[in-house]
Amino acid sequence: MQDFADSIAIKVKFVLPKLLGASKCYNLIMNKFFEFLNSSVGRKWLMALTGLFLCLFVVVHMSGNLALFKSDGGLAFNQYAVFMTTFPPIKVVSYINYALILLHALNGFYLVYRNKKARPVKYEGKKDNGPVSWSSRNMGLLGSILFVFIILHMGNFWREFHFSPMEVLRYTTNGVTGETQIAAIPYEQFVGPKHYYENGNEIVIVKNLYGEVAEAFTSPLYVLFYVISMFALSFHLMHGFQSAFQTLGIRAQNFKGIIQGIGTAVFGVLIPLLFAAMPVYFLFFK
Amino acid sequence: MSGNMNITLKVWRQKNKSDAGRFETYQAKHISPDMSFLEMMDVMNEQLIKDGKDPVAFDHDCREGICGMCSMYINGRAHGPNKGVTTCQLHMRSFKSGDTIVVEPWRASAFPVLKDLIVDRAAFDRIQQAGGFVGINTGSAPDANSIPIQKHLAEEAFNAAACIGCGACVAACKNSSAMLFMSAKVSQYALLPQGQPERKLRVLNMMKAHEEAGFGACTNTEACEAECPKGISVTNIARLNRDFVAASFTGE
Ligand code: HEM
Ligand code: HEM
Ligand code: SF4
Ligand code: FES
Repeated sequence: MQDFADSIAIKVKFVLPKLLGASKCYNLIMNKFFEFLNSSVGRKWLMALTGLFLCLFVVVHMSGNLALFKSDGGLAFNQYAVFMTTFPPIKVVSYINYALILLHALNGFYLVYRNKKARPVKYEGKKDNGPVSWSSRNMGLLGSILFVFIILHMGNFWREFHFSPMEVLRYTTNGVTGETQIAAIPYEQFVGPKHYYENGNEIVIVKNLYGEVAEAFTSPLYVLFYVISMFALSFHLMHGFQSAFQTLGIRAQNFKGIIQGIGTAVFGVLIPLLFAAMPVYFLFFK
Repeated sequence: MSGNMNITLKVWRQKNKSDAGRFETYQAKHISPDMSFLEMMDVMNEQLIKDGKDPVAFDHDCREGICGMCSMYINGRAHGPNKGVTTCQLHMRSFKSGDTIVVEPWRASAFPVLKDLIVDRAAFDRIQQAGGFVGINTGSAPDANSIPIQKHLAEEAFNAAACIGCGACVAACKNSSAMLFMSAKVSQYALLPQGQPERKLRVLNMMKAHEEAGFGACTNTEACEAECPKGISVTNIARLNRDFVAASFTGE
């Protein structure tokens, strides 16, 4: 009993102050961290880091979606969708991705607000922007288009795929001839995606996300909206990709050219072009 | 000195800080193409005085491109249409007779208009006072070259030190950000051994003064570099960004 009381006393006398000290230290670090985040350079670091993460996402998303161009009745694309939504590490990354999109957008809107407040009276003289790029002056507008796009985009494909009843397909591939037969099965009988072998046939049972995509892109208005949004993506990244490196302080002369090259060729042209090709392909060639 | 140019000027007039302000149109007649823009403004003001009107107030001092006082936003450009010059170094030969020229003060909430074209740039002074110094011992002068400095770093530091604090970077920036100015003031010391002792504190304190003054953040449009009369490079902003993060997480 005495021992126990002693050990409590010792804890109160020596351990507690240490713990309080540690939390003080923690507070100090957190205060410093928030002070950093609230400064204009800190907010831009956040923009740059989240923006570069989104650049990575866009590369992966585009590459995966290339399966849409396959003429296999959607087998490869639907299997890819299952992999992306069930493989745990990718699930974790996709939740991080949602959070970072939101963080990037909210922080971006806040910066636009703060930057506008820094110039309450506009200039009257005719605008002559010299060598300044249009993209760099309109990141807020371009980001807003992307924001609307992502909301409608996820509200359609992502919400349907995760939360709505949807056509379910059974792909039966003959092991010898390689021919695939497709049959619809009732949604009520669907107990999750399956992939197995039976009598030398490869059987895949999946939700037909491919069909959803194909159907969405039969509407010319919807396709137009996607194409316009991909222009916004192009201009946002034409400036954004290289700008992020400047924000992070990465700017060696020989390196700068490479960054600008990648920003323009890959993120300004290649990725938005391939993205935009998808709705256009479904509208005109399917 | 007189000449054959006739210019119409649309000039911002504002009695004091609290006045809403408005544009007025004036004529400047018999202007020589060899006059500087400020001399043309003098001619216009003399006419205003003769007519019994209040002359247009504008800042100027050296009239040789080194003091940074002559802040004027001319036809949508800081210091007018030419690259690498202040308003006092802009000449009327850059315009045509019959032109209408719009002249405005710098626009930034951190630079309030005091009167007409004069703005209060004390926010720059506060940034400078927050960290634009080095601690040295007074007493007898140290030996020259007692601290070795690499030539290219000395050059870079000198290039940054060329900033005259004119505010054109803020005026040209769509966000009214003072990052180019601040990065020049940070870099001129950060590149030299003498600037190392206060390196972290300097960038933290200057940044704080920048935020308190209400300047915007940097979107890397690089309008500042294009308009800077001293050719200060945005490379300095990258250095500022690196230093600020390092100081935020490792400074005492
Ligand atoms: C234009 C061609 C595009 C097509 C055909 C397409 C198709 C799809 C499909 C079918 C899904 C649902 C699959 C799933 O939830 O895993 C999806 C999800 C998503 N898409 Fe797209 N997409 C396109 C472009 C874009 C672009 C340009 C962005 C962003 C800038 C984007 C952002 C997203 C996000 C954030 C999700 C949710 C991802 C997740 O759940 O992890 N998409 N997309
Ligand atoms: C969700 C909608 C989005 C909004 C509202 C938005 C908004 C913005 C804004 C306002 C900026 C400029 C910030 C500034 O410099 O002051 C910016 C920068 C940037 N954004 Fe976005 N954006 C969005 C989506 C995206 C996407 C999908 C990507 C990538 C695929 C992206 C990548 C970037 C990059 C790399 C930067 C440059 C950061 C820097 O200059 O350091 N953004 N964004
Ligand atoms: S950086 Fe250039 S534009 Fe800005 S205050 Fe200094 S000299 Fe003027
Ligand atoms: S008056 Fe000194 S720089 Fe123009």
